[in-house]
Amino acid sequence: MLKKMLIGTAVLASCLTAQMAVADTSDKRIALSNNYAGNSWRQAMLDSWEKVAGAAAADGVVAEAPAFTTAENQVTEQAAQIQNLILEGYDAIVINAASPDALNGAVKQACDAGIVVVSFDGIVTEPCAYRIAVDFHAMGKLEVEYLATRMDGGNLLEIRGLAGVFVDDEISAGIHEGVAENPQFEIVGSVHGDWAQDVAQKAVAGVLPSLPEIAAVVTQGGDGYGAAQAFAAAGRPTPLIVMGNRYDEMLWWKEQKDANGYETMSVSIAPGVGTLAFWVAQMILDGKDVPQDLTVPFLQITQDTLEDSLATTQPGGVANVEYSLEDAQGVVDGS
Amino acid sequence: MWRQVTSPRVLRAILPAASFVILLAAIFYVQPRAMSYFGMNLMLQYTVPIALATIAQMFIITVNDLDLSIGAFVGLTACIGATLLADSPLLGVLALLACVGAYAALGALIYWRNLPSIVVTLGMSFVWLGGAVLILPTPGGTAPGWVKAIMGLKTPVVPFPIIATLVIGISVHLVLMRSSYGTVLRGVGGNPRAVKRAGWSLLKAKMVMYAAAGFFGVLSGLSLIGLTSAADAHIADRYTLYAIAGVILGGGEFVGGRVSPIGAIIGALTLALTGSFLTFLRISPDWQIGAQGGILILVLALRALIKRQEG
Repeated sequence: MLKKMLIGTAVLASCLTAQMAVADTSDKRIALSNNYAGNSWRQAMLDSWEKVAGAAAADGVVAEAPAFTTAENQVTEQAAQIQNLILEGYDAIVINAASPDALNGAVKQACDAGIVVVSFDGIVTEPCAYRIAVDFHAMGKLEVEYLATRMDGGNLLEIRGLAGVFVDDEISAGIHEGVAENPQFEIVGSVHGDWAQDVAQKAVAGVLPSLPEIAAVVTQGGDGYGAAQAFAAAGRPTPLIVMGNRYDEMLWWKEQKDANGYETMSVSIAPGVGTLAFWVAQMILDGKDVPQDLTVPFLQITQDTLEDSLATTQPGGVANVEYSLEDAQGVVDGS
Repeated sequence: MWRQVTSPRVLRAILPAASFVILLAAIFYVQPRAMSYFGMNLMLQYTVPIALATIAQMFIITVNDLDLSIGAFVGLTACIGATLLADSPLLGVLALLACVGAYAALGALIYWRNLPSIVVTLGMSFVWLGGAVLILPTPGGTAPGWVKAIMGLKTPVVPFPIIATLVIGISVHLVLMRSSYGTVLRGVGGNPRAVKRAGWSLLKAKMVMYAAAGFFGVLSGLSLIGLTSAADAHIADRYTLYAIAGVILGGGEFVGGRVSPIGAIIGALTLALTGSFLTFLRISPDWQIGAQGGILILVLALRALIKRQEG
């Protein structure tokens, strides 16, 4: 009974917020300025935008929300594109930027023209813009914190990403910080898996014979399935492997779960983060109080949500989530 | 009278300006908001660095060479401008002068060893890019305040970008098309042997033209960071092709010293505005590049038509 009432209240509340939104931003126009569309993550991002922002426009929450992409990842073109969007009189511009600094001139002009600028993923440093950044450091730390809830301690194998890339350094630093705070864990081996299953499998297979018993594997995404294959090939017991939301990883996890109750978690960044930026822009236009700097929540898949995530992910793809206004509200309130 | 107006020579001179005016009219029709001080300022701002890079390319084309490194060079000068010039002005000015000197030296090398300019400048484009990455490994830096102040100038009545491009075009026109040494310089492209026999130094002429190109490249880089307020080694990669296309669109020829500074400026403006026009039209970005090329081919086809009459 109580549960039903709670749901009822939640539905009512969401209706109310939606109603308010319709009242205040139905004449507002939001544009997406995107610098690149050449990989599957970006394609998924644009698809999500089309779906969520398109629906919002159709429902009258905003007047329109078209997406603009520059053909090549060029600063000058995106700057000119932003200026054209200013000229077209958009109320808000959502940006995935080609450069953190070199678009500041155009962004400042947009702010001066009274336009709300929200940057995400590729963020801009101009102070007047809103930023939705990815905290890879926290993502690495989260993995170790999850392990601490699952076991008393033990040896860890770390699979890193592509050497020399900022994201790899950040996630790894987070993992090491997590281990420092949880001294019951020890990293006994570290290999580079380049975020690819085949590379990870080879790297893990190469290092396994020299390692003691491994309690868990901390990863960066795109490498969990390869690690599992390497352990199986070596005839060693499968440790707890943290996954990274890829389809093949989730599929393997599901098989293991059905066969022997294998339990782990999976974490990565959803391409649908663009739709979060859309709602944040809408909220700002609506007069809501939004902090200048927000952090993207990770998309975490647990034992319970595995089936749902697997069902909605394309084979070969990455689990995605599109944000609703309520989700965005939650992110803003949570920060 | 009518014969005069329709003479191929006049038509040819009018063509760049006419295509520009038609494009501008189309933009005003699609997006009336552009027809204001604010709109023109916004739309034309980024054409100033492109116009300067186009003039730089035009100097090289005048002496029958082609510069494939101007984009990377503008990127390098932008990086110097946002780091050295801002932190220690004297060092920055020296570095920028060294860049101009390097361009003059390139001209000398190309003439002295009779090297193909395309190969030399293509090689140099990697050198410029490398230098830019060394100076500014990650995007950032800050443009000096005075550069930002100049580019952000709010001139009365007529927007600054229009005044700036007009001043650039007319002053280059006066020097290159009206002065006697300018005629000699163009002669180096038209008939180098004759110029040499008349006692002029071809080496000096090439060095002067390359140095001028370097100087305008520096101006382009500085004006660019004046707008963006920070630099990126890859900030102007596109400029190489924009600059060549601008010169040709503006009535220039690849050989023969036949160029037009004002035409080149108009060509650069036309190219930049096609991008805006296609954005306003809501053409999918995937088609924009193709559409831009289509406009270019259209103008060149018209020119070829006029040329046939001329011959």
